[in-house]
Amino acid sequence: MGADAAGTTFIILMLPFIAAICAPFLTRHLKHNAAWVLSLAPLAIFVHMLGFSPVVSAGEAVSGGFSWIPTFGVNFSWYIDGLSQTFALLISGIGALIVLYAGGYLKGHEHLGRFFSFILLFMGAMLGLVVADGFMTLFVYWELTSITSFLLIGFDHKREASRRAALQALVVTGGGGLALLAGLLLLWSMTGVTELSALLPLGAEVRAHPLYMVALILVLGGAFSKSAQFPLHFWLPNAMEAPTPVSAYLHSATMVKAGVYLLMRLNPVLGDTLAWETILPLFGGTTLIVGTLLAIRQTDLKLMLAYTTVSSLGLLVMLTGFGSEHAIEAAVLYLVAHSMFKGCLFMVAGAIDHEAGTRDVTKLGGLKAAMPITFAAALAAAISMGGLPPFFGFLAKEEIYYALWAASPWAIAFTVVAIVGNGLMLVIGFALALKPFLGPKVETPKHAHEGPVLLWLGPVVLALAGFLTAILSPLAHRFISSPMASAVAGEETAITISLIPSIGMPLALSIVTVVFGVLVYRGLDRARAGVASLLHAIGWGPDRGFDQFMDALVRLSFSVTRRVQPGRLDVYMKMTFAMVALALLVPMLRYGELPSWPSWPEDTRFHEFAVLLIGLAGLVAVLIAKDRLTAIVSLGIQGFAVALVFMLYAAPDLSFTQFMVETLSVVILALVMTRLRLYPSDHRPWSERIVSGLIAIGCGLGFMLYLIRVTQDALDLRLSEFFTQFSKPIAHGANIVNVILVDFRGTDTLGEIAVVTIAGIAILALLRVRTRRRPRAEATGAGAIAVREEA
Amino acid sequence: MQTLIFRTVAPFLSALMVVFSIFVLLRGHNEPGGGFIGGLIAASALAIYGIACGVTPVRRAIYFHPMNIASFGVMLGGAAGMISIFFGVPFMTGLWVYPNILGVEVALSTVLFFDIGVYFAVVGTITSVALALEERDEI
Amino acid sequence: MEPILAVFVGALFTVAIYLMMSRHTIRILMGVMIFGNAVNLLIFTAGRLTRDVPPIIPAALDVPEIATANPLPQALILTAIVISFSFFAFLLVLGFRAYQELDTDDSREMRLAEPKDDPLPPLGY
Repeated sequence: MGADAAGTTFIILMLPFIAAICAPFLTRHLKHNAAWVLSLAPLAIFVHMLGFSPVVSAGEAVSGGFSWIPTFGVNFSWYIDGLSQTFALLISGIGALIVLYAGGYLKGHEHLGRFFSFILLFMGAMLGLVVADGFMTLFVYWELTSITSFLLIGFDHKREASRRAALQALVVTGGGGLALLAGLLLLWSMTGVTELSALLPLGAEVRAHPLYMVALILVLGGAFSKSAQFPLHFWLPNAMEAPTPVSAYLHSATMVKAGVYLLMRLNPVLGDTLAWETILPLFGGTTLIVGTLLAIRQTDLKLMLAYTTVSSLGLLVMLTGFGSEHAIEAAVLYLVAHSMFKGCLFMVAGAIDHEAGTRDVTKLGGLKAAMPITFAAALAAAISMGGLPPFFGFLAKEEIYYALWAASPWAIAFTVVAIVGNGLMLVIGFALALKPFLGPKVETPKHAHEGPVLLWLGPVVLALAGFLTAILSPLAHRFISSPMASAVAGEETAITISLIPSIGMPLALSIVTVVFGVLVYRGLDRARAGVASLLHAIGWGPDRGFDQFMDALVRLSFSVTRRVQPGRLDVYMKMTFAMVALALLVPMLRYGELPSWPSWPEDTRFHEFAVLLIGLAGLVAVLIAKDRLTAIVSLGIQGFAVALVFMLYAAPDLSFTQFMVETLSVVILALVMTRLRLYPSDHRPWSERIVSGLIAIGCGLGFMLYLIRVTQDALDLRLSEFFTQFSKPIAHGANIVNVILVDFRGTDTLGEIAVVTIAGIAILALLRVRTRRRPRAEATGAGAIAVREEA
Repeated sequence: MQTLIFRTVAPFLSALMVVFSIFVLLRGHNEPGGGFIGGLIAASALAIYGIACGVTPVRRAIYFHPMNIASFGVMLGGAAGMISIFFGVPFMTGLWVYPNILGVEVALSTVLFFDIGVYFAVVGTITSVALALEERDEI
Repeated sequence: MEPILAVFVGALFTVAIYLMMSRHTIRILMGVMIFGNAVNLLIFTAGRLTRDVPPIIPAALDVPEIATANPLPQALILTAIVISFSFFAFLLVLGFRAYQELDTDDSREMRLAEPKDDPLPPLGY
């Protein structure tokens, strides 16, 4: 693949982001018609991705990219095989329809531009996710979908339910993302590769690795949270708070499928083990049943769809986990079929809501005459969802029964699960497509009629696609299903199933499913009441659990903050210095770096000791001083002792400076202290003093040992020697210290005098801030408080 | 603090200290001294003057607001560093000229100007703080 | 002589840190001042001690004949002294103003930013 083509692909991958930036401007000028322009971006992506078909259907993969953080071998790269291509086609194809649909649905909304921006950002993230090759690229895009979906779900941010749903989605999927990151890093350290394409052939090595189980659980944590597997399914129905175009997009073809994508992508690596083939079907099967049961209970069109999405995801996970050739083929077919019919049905639900003003299925009826096109699309999608010919869903369901049908108890159990699940989904599908449209006309909040072209174009195209792919199944299989199934299985796979049913077990099972479905449909109201009372009896659910979790989190962090930050300076100081003491002492003790016992210095001089003793006396006096004057004078004494130390050890410059600074410090300290009647004595109880004293002694001891240890090692004098050697020849100065300050390190000194000046400005500013009090004479006692309240 | 003797001696003492501070500043390159020490000496001189005779005479005596002096010092330091730009050498490179003034060869350098900048920055800042604190003492 | 000076440095640190853990701003300030001295002496001692030979090159020579005191720590400390002084002055004035505004020099009573009975943050969404 040439550089030009790689560049084009890169631009294509960035196109949604570019479109997202343009969206608000376009919308300002074109209003809702900006949708027509903006949908060109996903359309271009669709066409570009379709262009890979000859390569991909031949079993090859398109890859490219560039190096991102070369030090860590992290690349921004893509790898487009059958799996990625199908996903990319679904994302961009349905994306284009959704953008158009959003233009109609949110026509006249004040934040339409922002909405387009968000949904295009999400599209870009999702597209990047499915074509990403590098682990890091994958992870970044993965989290990007979480963040953009947060924006989309919380789009109607003035409602609390919206905010809650958005936060919930972010916490669940973002948390799963972290698990995924850990899993990917683990895979990296297990195999040493950072790219999916390089990881795919290493399946045997990974599966034999002792850490396989850990990596598997971490990756599954990411995939299950994203794909809403029970018990993490609760965020998905809540996300229905978002405007319908978001639900139609996120929950048909994209966001929630990301987890399934990940499982399919890693099937050749992690799959084909007992753990994989146990965990996935169990979780998937549970999710399938729970999802359909919860869907039966709902009366809100969108919520019904949301719960069937949960169950469809369960079915997909279950099939992926089975791992047999037919199971994977079935998963692939069902994924494509589901994207089409679910996207269509969501849009239909939105259109009904938009036109009739309600989406409560019990308050709708007889819309057939008013909305014929919508009805037709809904019916087609429902047939596909129910797995009936002549739609793509039928192929998927036939393949599912092929896959599951085997004569082991394990398989029979899951066959029953699949029959129940499919049957109930058929019920929901028809409840959705028939109830609002057939029957006597029910009075709705708005006078219903067919929506504008933007509203019905998407559903119709998707319904047609479901029909055409079924009719032209050999073509669809050749270019879409077979390459994708090959990529998932990790070996050449050809799908042959067509609309012509072969007489056998799968067909029989299909008939059983339909019969079961029809029976339930007739007793839908009773079933709904039954499930509702069952849920009422249980009472607690993961959704409530989320609230409790968040509540506990806030309380916990509050009490931790309270404990760590009590708002008392002395506590902060104690903690800080306790840490300093530990940081100094623990490494020295732990690594045996304590200094050796120092020998008594040879040429000690009496006056040096005298100076140090004077300094110590000053320190002690500061500690125990009872009045201000003693404290200030003692402080001066220790300062002058330090100045004398500098003098004794050949540092005249320092000595002078220290003398001057000590003098000035004492002067300004005296100026303040004499005025404020501050007393320097300690008023703390002895217990606190002892704790502080121990911490202080720990620090002092640490610094002392550290210094002794340092002086026992060799000193690197290279810099000092450089300065000494060149002070005169280069800088024409004999006072080396001064030369360093003003010449060698002049820029540092410039910074330092700037700091000094800024400190001066700050001091003046502090002093000049107008006091809220009147002059001191009046501001004593109760008067001060009164004055403050006035101000 | 405003005893007669102190008040009488303080102006002379301060003047002497300021002159000494300039001496310390200028000899700093070859002997102990330099801008930091010189600045501190001058600042203490002004502080003593302020304690003895009140802040107003000091403010009148130095004419400029001390913070302006400090800012001038930082600017001078920066400008001294930037001269090197015109000679195509990196920022803060020391440049020397030896003009003959009144028959005496005088060594002038950007480094010297930089040190004078340090001096002014230190004098200005510390004087302004000290004076501000003394001023409020008089309320 | 370094180990003996190290003991002195340790004493400076101990007293400075003990003072900084007090409740009264004035004691904290005195602690800060001693702390500056302690750090300066730490750096000074770590650069080794030399008696009587300051880092000044004799007039006739380009390079000193005998080993001088280490000029590098001295240069570091010279600016550190001035900066720690301006820092000290700033803290002093800050404490002074805090006393004027809050009528206390006890850090436990200064609770304008972190009041004692902060309510629980809202639990909704």
